[in-house]
Amino acid sequence: MELLCPAGSIPALKAAIENGADAVYVGLKDETNARHFAGLNLDEKRLQEAVIYAHQHGCKLHVAINTFAQPESYSTWTQAVDMVIKAKADVLIVADIGLLGYIADRYPNQEVHLSVQASATNAAAIDFYQRQFGVKRIVLPRVLAMNQVRALAQTTDIDLEVFAFGSLCIMAEGRCYLSSYMTGESPNTAGACSPAAHVRWEETNGVLESRLNGVLIDRFQPEEKAGYPTLCKGRFEVDNETYHPLEEPTSLNTLDLLPQLHKEGIVSLKIEGRQRSPAYVAQITRVWRAAIDSVLANPKGFTVQSEWQQVLANLSEGSQTTLGAYHRTWK
Amino acid sequence: MKFSLGPVLYFWPKQKMQAFYQQAAESSVDIVYLGEAVCSKRRELKFDDYMNIAHMLREAGKQVCLSTMTLLEAPSELRELRRYCDNGDFLVEANDVGAMSMLNENSLPFIAGSAISVYNHHTLRRLINLGMQRWVLPVELSGEWVGQLLAQNLVQEVRSCFETELFAFGHMPLAWSARCFTARSEHRHKDQCELCCIKYPNGRIVDSQDGQRVFVLNGVQTQSGDRYNLINQLPSMHDKVDVVRLSPQAEGTFEWLEKFRNNIHGEAPQPLEKNDCNGYWLKLAGMVQQVEA
Repeated sequence: MELLCPAGSIPALKAAIENGADAVYVGLKDETNARHFAGLNLDEKRLQEAVIYAHQHGCKLHVAINTFAQPESYSTWTQAVDMVIKAKADVLIVADIGLLGYIADRYPNQEVHLSVQASATNAAAIDFYQRQFGVKRIVLPRVLAMNQVRALAQTTDIDLEVFAFGSLCIMAEGRCYLSSYMTGESPNTAGACSPAAHVRWEETNGVLESRLNGVLIDRFQPEEKAGYPTLCKGRFEVDNETYHPLEEPTSLNTLDLLPQLHKEGIVSLKIEGRQRSPAYVAQITRVWRAAIDSVLANPKGFTVQSEWQQVLANLSEGSQTTLGAYHRTWK
Repeated sequence: MKFSLGPVLYFWPKQKMQAFYQQAAESSVDIVYLGEAVCSKRRELKFDDYMNIAHMLREAGKQVCLSTMTLLEAPSELRELRRYCDNGDFLVEANDVGAMSMLNENSLPFIAGSAISVYNHHTLRRLINLGMQRWVLPVELSGEWVGQLLAQNLVQEVRSCFETELFAFGHMPLAWSARCFTARSEHRHKDQCELCCIKYPNGRIVDSQDGQRVFVLNGVQTQSGDRYNLINQLPSMHDKVDVVRLSPQAEGTFEWLEKFRNNIHGEAPQPLEKNDCNGYWLKLAGMVQQVEA
């Protein structure tokens, strides 16, 4: 079971590798990946540096080219693919059908993983991507319950990767347009969700308001901890009741499920967070390395250490974590 | 320019559904999509009921297409999907790649629904090669984006092989989740939802704390708070859009169908209502209502 960690920079990549990642995933410094934020990601030179460093340390490098290519600038995406293959990265993470076709035609031996942005939630969809493009692995969306992950693991022969920890997307990724509805930019069209350029904070009489493109996402009383206004985690009103109609600000944490994920033969556990700092990546990687080593050594006797949970809780949104859709009661 | 009725996205009682499709049969609509696209627990109408309605509509001269579930998770949902794909009679709208996969495996043509991620000419061309006959544009695409995509040679070469369809009226489906937000709004767990969404024939409205309409909750689907209404953009979309889709609303759908038909060339523009929006097509945030000068 592989530990796959995020890196938005060379220092984060080194932090992940030094703390026990088996593989690291990165994105390029342009709109070809779903974490297209200022100051983040790698250019060609840094990518080569990353590949060399990862390989020197026996680690694999995955590169996400996982947004949907645009008609007028299609070559930006194919050039990104060419560049990554030339740099000898190990894996491409892709969602766009056109681009999957390009890689299958031009680089038939290249290892490709289907990005979570392709939203393959069932055996028939997985079969399509396997048959058409020979993808080797599927990154499963965070909407599946553990019993559904199990059913897929038992019915398909493809490698499965699941999100183990980090920001919780509660919608099927790759077909969520909430962000462009509110701001004009979405993961699919701009590689970003609830983009920072549209965020505004305003404090009146101790009450802090967060807005996204003018829409009031939440109001925080002085004693409340204010979180980033991700639109699906806002506090809104439904028939005069004010609550989080979609989701609370919380992070996904599957530590409790580790023995089950191991038993089902999940090949890779993905940690979300290419936008996070090297210090965050180091701490998260250390905990998950210890947890995976522990489950591999003794799957039946595995217990979650309280200090792991403590570290993860401190690194979580609103200090809250959830099993998300993996656990039926979340739904 | 043809007009279609999308699948009913809300959960309506059987009687209301049958009355709606009776009205559809008598209306001027060209194409009708039938089927449950949101939640497999909604079973007021079963597959055979839909097939009976389909035959009734066909006899009334409508083209009938079967619309399929968007978020497919359980093996039982795939079995139900297979029944739709194997219906033997009607063209199927694939709202998930899983459906596309099944149809293609049986060498059947298909319609790619708006939740299939088609953002460029290479993807579109691959789907055409696989048997796609109609492309329902992702809701977030602007008219400019669609124009640029269709202008590519790769698409122009085969432009006569497929139609384009645009969701142009109704609350837009914007997201799907494992969680049921209608059940959550009633403090229920999804497993004990008691199909409470049947109480909300237009979904449940979500407002911001200062009273701005934000979303509509429709079971596992989240819709736009505002109603998309492109009636006044019809005259400028003839080169891009072959079929204009109206999404059934609890009231007034057929009146709007006539208003749309009467404004194909701009003969009868309509004032938009307060909670109407048209931003996406105009390359703005989806929720924006732009009043044209």
